Amino acid sequence: VGKSKVDDEVLDNLEEVLITSDVGVETTLKIIGRIEERVSRDKYLGVDELNQILKEEIAALLEENNSEDVSDFELPETEKPYVIMVVGVNGVGKTTTIGKLAHQFKQAGKKVYLGAADTFRAAAIEQLEIWAERVDVPIVKQKMGADPASVAYDAVSSAKANNADVVIIDTAGRLHNKVNLMNELSKIKKVMSRIVPGAPHEVLLILDGSTGQNAFEQAKQFTKATEVTSLALTKLDGTAKGGVVIGISDQFKIPVKYIGIGEKMEHLQIFRRREFVESLFSES
Amino acid sequence: MFENLSDRLERSFQLLKGQGKITEINVAETLKDIRRALLDADVNFKIAKTFTDDVKEKALGQNVLTSVKPGQLMVKIVKDELAELMGGTSADIDLTGSPSIILMAGLQGSGKTTFSGKLANLLKRKKGRHPLLVAGDVYRPAAIDQLKVLGEQIGVPVYTEEGNMDPVKIAQSAIKEAKRQGHDVVIIDTAGRLAVDEQMMKEISAIKKAVNPNEILFVVDSMTGQDAVNTAKEFNDRLDFNGVVLTKLDGDTRGGAALSIRSVVTKPIKFVGTGEKLDAIDVFHPTRMADRILGM
Ligand SMILES: Nc1nc2c(ncn2[C@@H]2O[C@H](COP(=O)(O)OP(=O)(O)OP(=O)(O)O)[C@@H](O)[C@H]2O)c(=O)[nH]1
Ligand SMILES: Nc1nc2c(ncn2[C@@H]2O[C@H](COP(=O)(O)OP(=O)(O)OP(=O)(O)O)[C@@H](O)[C@H]2O)c(=O)[nH]1
Ligand SMILES: [K+]
Ligand SMILES: [Mg+2]
Ligand SMILES: [Mg+2]
Repeated sequence: VGKSKVDDEVLDNLEEVLITSDVGVETTLKIIGRIEERVSRDKYLGVDELNQILKEEIAALLEENNSEDVSDFELPETEKPYVIMVVGVNGVGKTTTIGKLAHQFKQAGKKVYLGAADTFRAAAIEQLEIWAERVDVPIVKQKMGADPASVAYDAVSSAKANNADVVIIDTAGRLHNKVNLMNELSKIKKVMSRIVPGAPHEVLLILDGSTGQNAFEQAKQFTKATEVTSLALTKLDGTAKGGVVIGISDQFKIPVKYIGIGEKMEHLQIFRRREFVESLFSES
Repeated sequence: MFENLSDRLERSFQLLKGQGKITEINVAETLKDIRRALLDADVNFKIAKTFTDDVKEKALGQNVLTSVKPGQLMVKIVKDELAELMGGTSADIDLTGSPSIILMAGLQGSGKTTFSGKLANLLKRKKGRHPLLVAGDVYRPAAIDQLKVLGEQIGVPVYTEEGNMDPVKIAQSAIKEAKRQGHDVVIIDTAGRLAVDEQMMKEISAIKKAVNPNEILFVVDSMTGQDAVNTAKEFNDRLDFNGVVLTKLDGDTRGGAALSIRSVVTKPIKFVGTGEKLDAIDVFHPTRMADRILGM
């Protein structure tokens, strides 16, 4: 602040901002390295220019979100039903994000189906049922303890038979280091392609915005088991910044598609790189 | 994911070998390695800095020649310091009072409802207690059902008031009911809330005021990053909680949040959650946690 020239102090401050936003040491060093290069090249780099370059450099690490240019919450016309499978570790906001997404698609005039394939967690089915009621969309479910792959199969079948535009499959939260549970996920994924070739078209990994560096390992292991195609970052209405997605997006080349900013139906937004980068440098 | 700290330190200490004593200058590289390990483990930025400064103080002047592997000497200093910071006062919970009242608090999805079930189960099986669980989350879809299912699984009754949107009143009525039925422990589950949500923070303060709990437990996800300090501080400022519960330690997170929280609020970590099942609860082990944070 108040400085006109980039020096060590400016770079130290930058380091603090990035680390405290959960960007992580490695990605932070990468960003600072690029800035230092620029500084040594254009000798008289001022702080204003630095901010500009910095935001560009960070935005460049974030994969372009393809949906950014089309209208919000659009679905590809070519796949019907478009099948989305939602995965992630425990408590990150999978079920809630599904409720919010269903709301958005419904608002856009789409016919939406939900599949309650979390048959494990206490009252997970009831939770999704309440969301289905709120949004007013059909839900396909079985009893607690049922085979989740069988529920996913049923849900995609029903959606297809009823000519739905999109079907969203909820799955139980699971820690990525549990081999059996990760294998189960691969199996759930596989059965759906028997009804709709190419399904699931989208595997959406939910990351909690307050998670630190462990999110890397989550992205790695879920990608291995299910070929994650997009990310959603939740709970950004709190004070956590969610900076860990920068390195994840860069390393795994997966775009962040949505952000969660509250617990209500309308609290889901399309991820915008620029706004996200701005928010890293805003107070609180 | 990250290189083991002792390997890293062993490497940087090779440089020190010929120099005898640890000095301000020759220890700089090593301290950088330690700081990096802490940051990789999600220890808060400022706390990692203070911590490495403290370690430096302890290390300066120590004779590295006397130890065969100087890196190990440094690792020991770091581990002892970490364990000491995270350990300390007794982590028992206060079960006096009839009934004894335990209140859960924390962010969304941290594991409050599951932990309520785990604690009820532990107190019933291991301490011969007769707990009553209270469904004080009136917002989250199916939160009440969730607690009911857990209660059923462990054979512990659950007090609910479907349709009542006032958790303060629910908690008060539950305690009356507990007295009537001779329950000696009441565990109140509450909705997840963000520290910046003024209305919800007022609500939990109001619950505290109304029921005067023996124990308020702050439940936190062990995967939490840098924000752990803000949240812990805010909840502690509001509630002056008694202890911390660190959940989801069955994952592979380094869990630096444990150190961050201990440093800002100096409240003991009383329990850890180690799975989704209702017996996956353990007491906190500071030395194990120190190893974990350092990736050993
Ligand atoms: N503040 C806030 N809370 C959220 C957001 N998204 C979800 N939550 C809350 O986080 C908690 C967990 O959300 P769920 O949708 O149940 O998470 P989940 O991943 O389905 O959990 P499991 O199925 O148990 O693994 C709930 O209390 C949600 O209301 C968000 O964007 N902001
Ligand atoms: N693996 C693992 N999962 C856990 C642990 N504790 C809780 N969970 C899971 O984490 C998710 C969230 O747990 P909840 O008990 O619903 O969390 P909560 O804090 O009550 O959530 P809200 O009421 O929405 O704020 C669920 O899927 C739980 O099964 C744990 O120690 N290990
Ligand atoms: K969480
Ligand atoms: Mg769920
Ligand atoms: Mg709960």
